[in-house]
Amino acid sequence: MRKATWIRAIVLVAAIAALEIFCRVGIIPRITMIPPSTMVTSLFDLVRSGAITSDTLQTLTSVAIALGSAIAAGFVAGALLHALPRARRIVDPLLATYYSIPVFVFYPLFIAIFGLNAIPKTVIGFMYAVVAMVINTLNGLDRVPPVLWKTARVHHMGRVSTLADMVFPYAAAYLFTGVKLAVAYSFIGVIGSEFILSSGGIGYRISFAYYNFQNDVMYALILLVLTIVVTINMTLYYWERILMARRGER
Amino acid sequence: MNQVFEGLRGLLGRAAEILLLILILVTLWQVVHELAGAIAMTAPLDTFRYTARLVLSADFWPHVQVTGIAFFLALLIASAAGVVIGATLGLHRLSGEVGEPILVALYSIPKVTLYPIILMFFGLGLRAEVAFGALHGIVPIIILTMNAVRSIKPVYIRTASVLRLSSWQLLRSILVRAALPEIFTGLRVGFSVTLVGTLISEMFGSKRGLGFLLMRSLGVHDMDLIMAITLLLVMFAAISNSILMSIENRLYRRV
Amino acid sequence: MSRSLVVAKGVTRIFEASGTGLDDVHALGPLDLELVEGEFFAVVGPSGCGKSTLLEVIGGLQEATAGEVRFDGTIVQGQVPEGVGIVFQEDASFPWLTVRNNIAFGLRHNRTPPAEIRRRVDDALVQTGLRSFADAYPAQLSGGMRQRVCIARTLVLQPHLILLDEPFGALDQQTRLLMGDEVLKLWRATGATIMLITHALDEAAMLSDRVGVMSARPGRFLEIITTGWPRNRDSQIVSAPEFGKITSRLWSLLREESIRAIGDRS
Repeated sequence: MRKATWIRAIVLVAAIAALEIFCRVGIIPRITMIPPSTMVTSLFDLVRSGAITSDTLQTLTSVAIALGSAIAAGFVAGALLHALPRARRIVDPLLATYYSIPVFVFYPLFIAIFGLNAIPKTVIGFMYAVVAMVINTLNGLDRVPPVLWKTARVHHMGRVSTLADMVFPYAAAYLFTGVKLAVAYSFIGVIGSEFILSSGGIGYRISFAYYNFQNDVMYALILLVLTIVVTINMTLYYWERILMARRGER
Repeated sequence: MNQVFEGLRGLLGRAAEILLLILILVTLWQVVHELAGAIAMTAPLDTFRYTARLVLSADFWPHVQVTGIAFFLALLIASAAGVVIGATLGLHRLSGEVGEPILVALYSIPKVTLYPIILMFFGLGLRAEVAFGALHGIVPIIILTMNAVRSIKPVYIRTASVLRLSSWQLLRSILVRAALPEIFTGLRVGFSVTLVGTLISEMFGSKRGLGFLLMRSLGVHDMDLIMAITLLLVMFAAISNSILMSIENRLYRRV
Repeated sequence: MSRSLVVAKGVTRIFEASGTGLDDVHALGPLDLELVEGEFFAVVGPSGCGKSTLLEVIGGLQEATAGEVRFDGTIVQGQVPEGVGIVFQEDASFPWLTVRNNIAFGLRHNRTPPAEIRRRVDDALVQTGLRSFADAYPAQLSGGMRQRVCIARTLVLQPHLILLDEPFGALDQQTRLLMGDEVLKLWRATGATIMLITHALDEAAMLSDRVGVMSARPGRFLEIITTGWPRNRDSQIVSAPEFGKITSRLWSLLREESIRAIGDRS
């Protein structure tokens, strides 16, 4: 294993151990934070009792819908914009400034329109994720070098074949970057919305536990979210690095 | 003279395109309003009129001030700490390697889930909001500063050795200028992200500020107010980002 | 008149492996070298033989693992001595400064009086043919001109020893030949001692008083050839019969080493 990986593992373990000790000894009071070990046992109990199953499913469903539609719509929109340079130039300022806009400000608006159900948070998740997909689709298609287009013509490849057998495999690595970002953003959008105001979902459960002083439950759920999200995101991150390395880029 | 005309035409062309984009968005807005009715979404014109009245009203500005102060403090902390930490991680290879995946992981989690922890430590109030906003902003600033420092051409450092510059001169006259464009990108992203963090914290448990105002107007279903505040915040974010972008582009052109 | 400006004895450079399971790399030496004041000395050798390492050890950018280097009588250790200038292969011009400010950079940082800075920079601009580009930015210039900016920046400090590490490596052949002539002019005008690293045998043969031929790694001098050119030479000496003899001697020495160097890497 590389030196950096070792050190990182030690740092993380040491940090958690320190947290554990501080909590148990009382440097961090019990009402502020519970020890990490208690977080884990509390989470196990919650999962076993089935108390959070429906909320977890609700969150994951919203994320899946937001993610799926963001990837599909983002890809199609990106491909269309790439094929229509005029339209792309007009939309370009929107793409450039999109992520500077606090998308969450639209959440109250959507609740007012759609009601307090699963729709607003799914839309927010979608809004957060879709533009990342558009931008990375455009980026991937841009990067197909002219020499590859020419090669396709030398081989008499038709339009569909060119796109499917040459453009897509080449751009796939960059499209993957879009997917990776879309996943992260869908989670942020959905869970963030649930936390602010919602009728269900893990984020809602966390804020509920906060308001009702249920520290054990609250921290257990935070741990749950972090575990799920970090695992998924890190898997995608390392997968992306492998794809990029094969491409000969960093 | 020709160059002036070309320049103007280019500028006008660009401005015209942006105007066209805004026009399209407003038209879409109008269409949605027609389809969904005033209860769902007020018409653009009505919203503009309401926004103007809102901006002129007296009890709007205290909220703006509250949000403004929290945002400013959070951004200050995030920028100062972010640049220093990022530069250190960039200069010290091993630390950078160790820290990078942790930072990337931190960037991609829903940081709202960490808000209760911050509230536990700081309690509801300005300090928690500033901490939360700073937490948001510091991550991209560290990452981008680290990258900026890492990508300084090694030949610059050797040149500084040949010219017998002191470490301080090396830092001030070369390193800062070479890394500046990318550091500025980090600050620009940090700006937007800190804004999000500040607003979210106000939307959750605050008693004043624009985020709070937004949630309160939701509670009484005041569509006009919801749309007006949303519009103002979107405009603020877009305009400030555009300004920062144009500064950034000028910095990059030099490097 | 012929005192030795640089005396290198038993210079060795070993790069230690940092615990990754690879062996230490014995990059250079032990080798000896003496540079006579005012001479133009070229170093050629196969890829990876340690030419750049030698230059950096002499210049004080790297420390020798064994042996010593003396510049003007004093030992070179850990920092670049005053009076030594180095031009690198990569473009080291600062893109955020104009040509003029680039050239003035070193002088501004060692507290030279402004009037003196002005004078020296103007002279350097004329000497390197950059006068009409004084207020341009490096991004607007070609690669060859950017290298001239780096050379000018070195010249204004009036170094006694100028080390050139393959400065024309990234340029095309014609530009290289012209730059060679310019370097000779500057050499004559300043009276500095010059050490040039190059992989181009014709360049070494044409520009220098002596050429050191290095072996494959670890680099040692196989032979040092004296070219015997007159001081006021230029690129037209390529048509002299001696030129062909010198380059073929260089190649016959190098051919074996180059094959050995490539084999070493596979």
